[in-house]
Amino acid sequence: MAEAASVPAESLAGCRARAARTVLDQVVLPGEELLLPEQEDGEGPGGAGERPLRLNAAARSRGRVVCGPGLRRCGDRLLVTKCGRLRHKEPGSGSGGGVYWVDSQQKRYVPVKGDHVIGIVTAKSGDIFKVDVGGSEPASLSYLAFEGATKRNRPNVQVGDLIYGQFVVANKDMEPEMVCIDSCGRANGMGVIGQDGLLFKVTLGLIRKLLAPDCEILQEVGKLYPMEIVFGMNGRIWVKAKTIQQTLILANILEACEHMTTDQRKQIFSRLAES
Amino acid sequence: MAAERKTKLSKNLLRMKFMQRGLDSETKKQLEEEEKKIISEEHWYLDLPELKEKESFIIEEQSFLLCEDLLYGRMSFRGFNPEVEKLMLQMNAKNKAEEVEEQTVELDVSDEEMARRYETLVGTIGKKFAKKRDRALYEEDENGDIKPVKAKKMFLKPQD
Repeated sequence: MAEAASVPAESLAGCRARAARTVLDQVVLPGEELLLPEQEDGEGPGGAGERPLRLNAAARSRGRVVCGPGLRRCGDRLLVTKCGRLRHKEPGSGSGGGVYWVDSQQKRYVPVKGDHVIGIVTAKSGDIFKVDVGGSEPASLSYLAFEGATKRNRPNVQVGDLIYGQFVVANKDMEPEMVCIDSCGRANGMGVIGQDGLLFKVTLGLIRKLLAPDCEILQEVGKLYPMEIVFGMNGRIWVKAKTIQQTLILANILEACEHMTTDQRKQIFSRLAES
Repeated sequence: MAAERKTKLSKNLLRMKFMQRGLDSETKKQLEEEEKKIISEEHWYLDLPELKEKESFIIEEQSFLLCEDLLYGRMSFRGFNPEVEKLMLQMNAKNKAEEVEEQTVELDVSDEEMARRYETLVGTIGKKFAKKRDRALYEEDENGDIKPVKAKKMFLKPQD
């Protein structure tokens, strides 16, 4: 029992907090506490003897650390709330101490402010539309939140339409609200998504993987044939190609590429390119 | 009867605007202060020492937008939807902050077109200010552009 207690990953009472720096890109479990780099100076047992002169003031004035999804603040430490890999991003331009987050996988979407999502209009009541975004409540979308919409010039939105919009209000206490314009009043591609096409659901992690800046899957898929894809951060993807068969092939590829290795994917693409 | 009732005006009545016009400013200020005092004394407050919130340097955000640089969600390939392709370039360029390239101001009119227009413009405006005799010098080109004929009729000295 004594040996088990000394292992730092033990989640029972007496768990020692680990430095976040040492755990980057490793799997973390809910309940673990992580120390930020500035705090680990005094924590180690050998630090008391020969503590090098660190300008702790300088370290602290480094700026604010952002704890992203999967982490919570617990005093001066970070508490992990989801299981996954811990990631870190260095601050780009000066201010801020960087961002830490947990790269986890889930299918259930929780509305977050600023996310672009695909929603389905389920009801039209007075001045607002009720849009199903996959969360616990349908989001509300005002009819004035479209580009060029006025009280007389109402947008042409019917029940059952697909909408690409972003959240302006999304917290656990209120009903989420979304809009189809940005802060300047321009649509920027948001609004009703056109006719035809196919909407299907994937995991949230896949969406983020596909939307990464250097995603090879999209580059390869784009070479097959002309198509249009819309990604919603709530796990929904809408695809459209010239024929139904092409659309279905595309949908199957995107769903399957989550579990394929690079080689398998390349094989499938080369077979498709031939046919 | 009026003399008996003179001193028994109620406080509310005295507070009304038309009654206060006659008062001087000092009395008005005193009245106001008294009212404020009454109101503030009715407020409840806790008799505790002031708790200072610890300034924490960790901010909690639930959004993935800060963490990862994600591309714009609408995409079109091989020209399926030209507007979306234009949007893609715009939005992704914004994300990557490649605004240095976009600082070259896009010209509405190209340089060649400008030169062409200017060439004919000279003729048109020149014709306006030319005298009646000189207007004959300006010929119309096939396109309808007015170009000044270079040779102007000068006095020819007899050679002999």
